[in-house]
Amino acid sequence: MKRLVMRWLTRRSRVPAVLRLSLAVVLAAASIVGLSAPTSLGQTGNTNPNGGAATEFNPPTKSPEAPAPGDPTKSFPDSPGLRALGYTLYQGSCASCHGIALQGIPGVAPSLRGVGPGPVDFYLSTGRMPLDAPRNQPLRNPPLFNRIKINALIAYISAFGGPRAPTAVPANGDLAYGFHEFTLNCAGCHQIVARGGITVNAQAPDLEQANPQEIAEAVRMGPYLMPHFDAKQIDQHALDSIVRYVLWTRRPVNAGGWGIYNIGPIPEGIVAWFIGLAALVIVARLIGERMDERT
Amino acid sequence: MNLIDRYVHRRFLRASRAAEQRVGLAAGIRWALRYVFPDHWSFLLGEIALYSFLVLVGTGIFLTLYYIPSDSQVIYHGSYPLLQGEQMSEAYRSVLDLSLSVPTGLLFRQVHHWAANVFIASIVLHLARIFFTGAYRKPRDLNYFIGLTMLMLAILEGFAGYSLADDLLSGMGLAIAYSVAMSIPFVGGQLASLVWGGPFPGNSSFWPRLEIVHVLLIPAALAVLITLHLAMIMRQHHSQFPGPGRRERNVVGTPLWPAYALRSIGLLFAVAGVLFLLGGLVQINPIWQWGPFHPYLSENGAQPDWYIGWLIGALRLMPNWELVIAGRTVISNPFWGGAAFPLFVFAVMFFWPALERRVTGDVRRHDLLERPRDRPIRTAVGAGFLSWVVIVFAVGSTDRIFYRLGVSYTTQIHVWRVGIWVLPIVVFFVTRSACRSLQRSGSHPLREWQGNVVRRSADGAVEVLSDSPDRVVPPITEPPVGTVPGREFES
Amino acid sequence: MSPDDQSPVTRGAKFLGVLVALRAAARAVGRRGHEPPPPARESDIDPSQRTLPANPRTETLVGVLLLVAAVFAFAFTVIYIVSSGDTQLLGIAMGGALCLLAVACIVAGKFVVPQETHVEERGQLLDEEQTEEVVEMIAEGGQGISRRALLVGAGGVAGVAVVTAAATPLASLGPTLGPLHRTPWAAGVGLVDDQGRLYLASDIHIGTFYTALPEDKDPESFGAGILVVRLPADFIALPAARRDWAPNGILAYSKICPHAGCAISLYRYPTYAPTSQVPAFTCPCHYSTFLPGEGGRLVFGPAGRALPQLPLMIDGDGHLRAAAGFHEDIGPSWWGVHRAQS
Repeated sequence: MKRLVMRWLTRRSRVPAVLRLSLAVVLAAASIVGLSAPTSLGQTGNTNPNGGAATEFNPPTKSPEAPAPGDPTKSFPDSPGLRALGYTLYQGSCASCHGIALQGIPGVAPSLRGVGPGPVDFYLSTGRMPLDAPRNQPLRNPPLFNRIKINALIAYISAFGGPRAPTAVPANGDLAYGFHEFTLNCAGCHQIVARGGITVNAQAPDLEQANPQEIAEAVRMGPYLMPHFDAKQIDQHALDSIVRYVLWTRRPVNAGGWGIYNIGPIPEGIVAWFIGLAALVIVARLIGERMDERT
Repeated sequence: MNLIDRYVHRRFLRASRAAEQRVGLAAGIRWALRYVFPDHWSFLLGEIALYSFLVLVGTGIFLTLYYIPSDSQVIYHGSYPLLQGEQMSEAYRSVLDLSLSVPTGLLFRQVHHWAANVFIASIVLHLARIFFTGAYRKPRDLNYFIGLTMLMLAILEGFAGYSLADDLLSGMGLAIAYSVAMSIPFVGGQLASLVWGGPFPGNSSFWPRLEIVHVLLIPAALAVLITLHLAMIMRQHHSQFPGPGRRERNVVGTPLWPAYALRSIGLLFAVAGVLFLLGGLVQINPIWQWGPFHPYLSENGAQPDWYIGWLIGALRLMPNWELVIAGRTVISNPFWGGAAFPLFVFAVMFFWPALERRVTGDVRRHDLLERPRDRPIRTAVGAGFLSWVVIVFAVGSTDRIFYRLGVSYTTQIHVWRVGIWVLPIVVFFVTRSACRSLQRSGSHPLREWQGNVVRRSADGAVEVLSDSPDRVVPPITEPPVGTVPGREFES
Repeated sequence: MSPDDQSPVTRGAKFLGVLVALRAAARAVGRRGHEPPPPARESDIDPSQRTLPANPRTETLVGVLLLVAAVFAFAFTVIYIVSSGDTQLLGIAMGGALCLLAVACIVAGKFVVPQETHVEERGQLLDEEQTEEVVEMIAEGGQGISRRALLVGAGGVAGVAVVTAAATPLASLGPTLGPLHRTPWAAGVGLVDDQGRLYLASDIHIGTFYTALPEDKDPESFGAGILVVRLPADFIALPAARRDWAPNGILAYSKICPHAGCAISLYRYPTYAPTSQVPAFTCPCHYSTFLPGEGGRLVFGPAGRALPQLPLMIDGDGHLRAAAGFHEDIGPSWWGVHRAQS
């Protein structure tokens, strides 16, 4: 192997050796950086063998906001069989971080008592939980559980109390009002057409895959570092409108042609240089001479 | 010649005589028709910039007929449903209506914006060609300064242009420009207040002033400078690469009529054609998606157009240094990245010809260009400096890199605070070494390897000669143009 | 290198040292290589030539290209009328026409018209005789004048005076600097949302952020926008002088970043603080991050000072009002900016 590499590096070629060596170094550095980038793919679910003390109660720093009285809510199926299944699944995949009695483990994960169905549905349906390591950012992934198992876990955890799950009906919302509210409350993290963004050490995801139920739950609970918005700050009409706008951003009005992902000047600059100017340089090459072609 | 040819020829002759009796330019036209242009393809990059400018002026005239430079707040009741009932400035509404309600409005707006991006990109490429072939040396250093001035004006012009729409994205950029103006030591407060007519977002006269700057003042300045730039080239004749028949004292190439004129007009149509295809098919700056600007709103991932991107990288990279003496802020933070950095870059470019004359001692006139490899130090310094600017530019996208690849934003910033000093030095050494290696091998970096000439002696020993036969240098028999014997080394 | 940790003398000395080192390096570089490099390689061959392509097939191609370009150009007008301005189709029509014209011209320029390589002599730029004559002529214009120094000096003074006078009207263009220190906020001004409704203190929840504007004032003013958050007591650690600025744990800060003036619109609030981060504002432009619980202290990013805090009070009806104006200037720093005292 080393012989092959050394032969490649030292063979006579039109490209100076020093340039090839630099390219090799750059590629090596890029792959090291790329491979060491943190990723939450491939959840295993059970990383902490210690169950933790059963009596300590570790509340979360913020709790989900309840829907206002009269607001539509989402009901999940509930039965003793589902709760029993939920109990089993919980002990296998969640208790190692959240504690056997849902009390949470200090420095690892918060208590789940009183969170209600909304956060459970959100985190599990979007595959953000189970989490590989307690300090990772929960990111969207293929869910570990199917719908029945998620319902089972919801039934089990909801038995410990908590507000009802919010829901949204985008058809009731107003698109212009939704754009207005989204710009004011959400665009600072999620970008104006919901293409995602960052807040120093966390990613604010793009919302192309978010469905209305997930958005409603996220708005009311504030997953991870996201703020949560109660029914006074964003009432049901505003929520319906925001959800309607977010769905609209999947296919925004691109009257100008190819939208190049709608994130603004970065792709525009790339197109200007590598399509526009590149085409014109090719034309210039065709018109003009090259050095060794001249008479 | 058949009948039609003879008829056309006769009419043309009569028309020319009529014009000549009134204007008397026949001698000048004759000179122009035989004027020789060297044929290398890289000499056309400046023309791409020139023709982009013409497209900008043409489309700009159309846009200026629709734009309303006013910050009076109005309520929108137009055709775009997402902004129904929304409060916005008249300026924003006029651009919105132009884009979504006027036929060909969006086409011309997008062509104009793509043309601006391609205009500045082609200037940068042209500048790189000028630098790496040594075309800025005497007598062309004056023209080089004109070119650099035009680059500065073009960047300002583009920024002013997309800020006229008063949308959320460009409004954030104006706030940053205001802060950079404020950050200039001692006079920044006055300067920013002068330009904006008070604190940001400015008074009602800001928008008409911005429009006049963009529509009249800078384009007029650019037109004058372009004319000077071309006139200087005509006066000095274009430079050329060494080759068969090429000497310092002559120009070898294609005369203007008929071949070069046709090719150049073809390039004009190509520039316009590419820009119109882009303007129709690829969306740029969809202001209806950004919404109107208010000082209390912002969005994530806001970026300026690419030619300001080096400044956002510098602003993000700088540590939070402010120079405060006795309670007075002498240098506030945006100054480093937003003003000092670009001024330094342009200062280095302006002083480069004098610096090179000083270091090499070469004060002669040069009309023959050099290949980049022929001057390894210059090429390496240029590559290193360019890499410094490009890395700062790339740092402006570290948030998107974090988003896409998961590499921590704070880590990237800390790494690049050191990296922007280390990497250009590495680039310097790599480039210098590559130049020397290319000189030795005599090959083209990307095409056929031409090989070396070898001589085999009688006893079988092989001796490698470094030059191929067609690269033998004939002796110089006359002094370079423009010097007086004995005074060659005066600058 | 923040203002507090190095004295001006130390900083100045370091700066001078760097300058001296740079100058020495430049001198060392400049001292090498005073022999001029070898002159460029010149050639004695005569490259002039003229060929007539005489290519009827190519001429036909050019003709066809021109006609197809005409079709595209006519299509532009037709599309304009028929589709009342479909941008994509119009772009293809016009762009296509122009590109076809380009191909036609280039093909004609390279393969149809006579191809010629011509040699032209460059003009002599430096004409020693004429230059000297010009200088002589100008000098002759001053013959017979004895009080040259007086005239030149007086002319210089007059020139400077006229230029100064010509530049003076610029001062009319700009206003005074007073407004840079003013915001619409003062004691008793109510906090409203962007629909104009007053905020009730009881509506401000932990874990979210609110954008507030001054009641009955211009919302487009630079200092108008503020951020309002509520924090639990264990996240609040304000300086002593600001203890009463945050009634019921409700804090208000300027929404305008003191770095470069963008609106701060990112707020992070952890779901579980032990495994993530404390509540903070971040500006989306250059990512300056401020802690609302610690008086707007900067923890990351390029901003040169902390986020200005607005003292709050709760009035008799439970509405939130400003207890006073800002105690420092909001927005980006400049020569005259009033920085925070504490």
